[in-house]
Amino acid sequence: MRQINAILAIAQRDFMKLLRDPARLVSSLIFPLIFITVLGGSLQASFGDADFNLLTFTFTGVLAQTLFQSAASGVISLIADREEDFSQEIFISPISRYSIILGKTVGETMVALPQGLALVLLSFVLGVGMTIPRALALFPVALLACLLGAGFGVIVLSNLRNQRSANQVFPFLLLPQFFLAGVFNPITNLPPVLNFFSSLAPMRYAVDLMRSTYYFGKPEYSKVVLLSPVTNLVVMAAMFLAFLGIGTAMFVRKERNR
Amino acid sequence: MTQSNTPETAKEPTPASGPASSRAVIEVQDLVKRYKKADVNAVDGISFNVHEGEFFALLGPNGAGKTTTISILTTTLLPTSGTVTIGGFDSKSQSNLVREQVGIVFQQPSLDLNLTAEENVRFHAILYGLYPWRPAYRLMPAEYRARFNELSEILGLKAEMFKPVKKFSGGMKRKLEIVRSLMHRPKVLFLDEPTAGLDADSRRNLWEYLKEIREKTGATVFLTTHYLEEAEEADTICIIDGGKIVSFGTPLDIKRDLVEEYLLVTPADPAALRRELDDLKISFTPGNEFKVALNGTTVHAVLKSIDTPLTSVRTHLPTLEDAYIAVLKRSDAAD
Repeated sequence: MRQINAILAIAQRDFMKLLRDPARLVSSLIFPLIFITVLGGSLQASFGDADFNLLTFTFTGVLAQTLFQSAASGVISLIADREEDFSQEIFISPISRYSIILGKTVGETMVALPQGLALVLLSFVLGVGMTIPRALALFPVALLACLLGAGFGVIVLSNLRNQRSANQVFPFLLLPQFFLAGVFNPITNLPPVLNFFSSLAPMRYAVDLMRSTYYFGKPEYSKVVLLSPVTNLVVMAAMFLAFLGIGTAMFVRKERNR
Repeated sequence: MTQSNTPETAKEPTPASGPASSRAVIEVQDLVKRYKKADVNAVDGISFNVHEGEFFALLGPNGAGKTTTISILTTTLLPTSGTVTIGGFDSKSQSNLVREQVGIVFQQPSLDLNLTAEENVRFHAILYGLYPWRPAYRLMPAEYRARFNELSEILGLKAEMFKPVKKFSGGMKRKLEIVRSLMHRPKVLFLDEPTAGLDADSRRNLWEYLKEIREKTGATVFLTTHYLEEAEEADTICIIDGGKIVSFGTPLDIKRDLVEEYLLVTPADPAALRRELDDLKISFTPGNEFKVALNGTTVHAVLKSIDTPLTSVRTHLPTLEDAYIAVLKRSDAAD
């Protein structure tokens, strides 16, 4: 019970920080909106055909990517916390290191979700064909995308030494996933080598699950969705557990064994 | 008390003051830490005990191994070898139990500046398992609210406790951290250079406050500091340099062992004084002022034995700072 209380306290702290800084929520929406409106809009205008709408395609991809990325970078902020000073208070407390990581995972998921919610609300005016039942159906997928992103953050965190290396390495681990996961670009016909790398990108499964939910029952479903929702769910769950378990164990070991 | 590193200076500490008891609450045995990729040991085989209720000061220049020692003692760093027990629990294998025994005020303030003072205290209380998590102050158990009000009154900060910590002065932040670290009633309070960055007034206030806390709670205090006057009141001082203990004992012992006491006198007739001191076999260094060694005798006895008229008399009684500098010089010379 004590560990659960600690997890909730750590998670609440992250969420409180978001509430105290609404400008952060607004600024976090700028890039996704540029991607959706400018990139998605121009792709649709230039390459859109009758098969599927590229604005909608980009929206579903960016929604999953935003949630994944926000949760991942939030968890990695633990390294900045450690270098700054507050996390000393967390690391010195008599709670399990696993609870610290889990609290951070839950907290950053709670921070990422309002961003997803804002994007979904904006989608009603962006012309992507959003409906209320569809928006509600996306919620559990959004939660899973956040958790996978947070898990990815943990495994990255466990291999980083300091904030500087986080700033250098994280974009290299994230940016290729934008394209390998097919956030803006269809990846149904990738060459085998790229397809192999694509299958290694965790973000791909979050994006694909988001699309399988959004396009469920629509005629273009088979043209945009790669894997069955069950396959995506299984891969995401396996990756999440592996990232969290291995990442936390490595992180704990590295923390004390300097 | 063991302190195997420097047997020649090892002393059984006899606390000059404070409520120290004979039960060891911190036991450090042959502690060694070598960081990965380092050529030398940051901490090099130190041993000492700290007794319940004792005020223990760990001194040393930058890079001496103070922060490494405190990090191992507070379980955030694993030792390369040696053992540390706090309150009877092993710091390596029972780290969570050790963490329950200690409160820490870090060198850098570890408050979340975005949270209010109350939220910082509540966060701490929940992490230490004192109270269950609740999303807001009003929903916290009455027992928590009562203890919180009590602490706010000690701080004299009742209204400000619900304001963001970023609006607090440096001194207030430090006090808040000390109050927070005492929430779970730790056996040992670690203070890692707690007054670094504070102005003289805030430092004095903080020490008065800490003295009061010690008297009220009887907590064992383990201090590292650069300000030697802060260690003057310690029961035991341990000076480390290059990862080794170079001096250990009460402030009085350290001063007595390392620094001479002498008189500085100005004679009306230097030649007469020189003759008289030679006759009395009192060692001295001539100059504008004669430096007359006390060699264990009192100032009064020396002055009484001199007939030559003196125009001025000054006594030199060493401060802890003199002793500290002498210890470090001796340590450098030994290297």
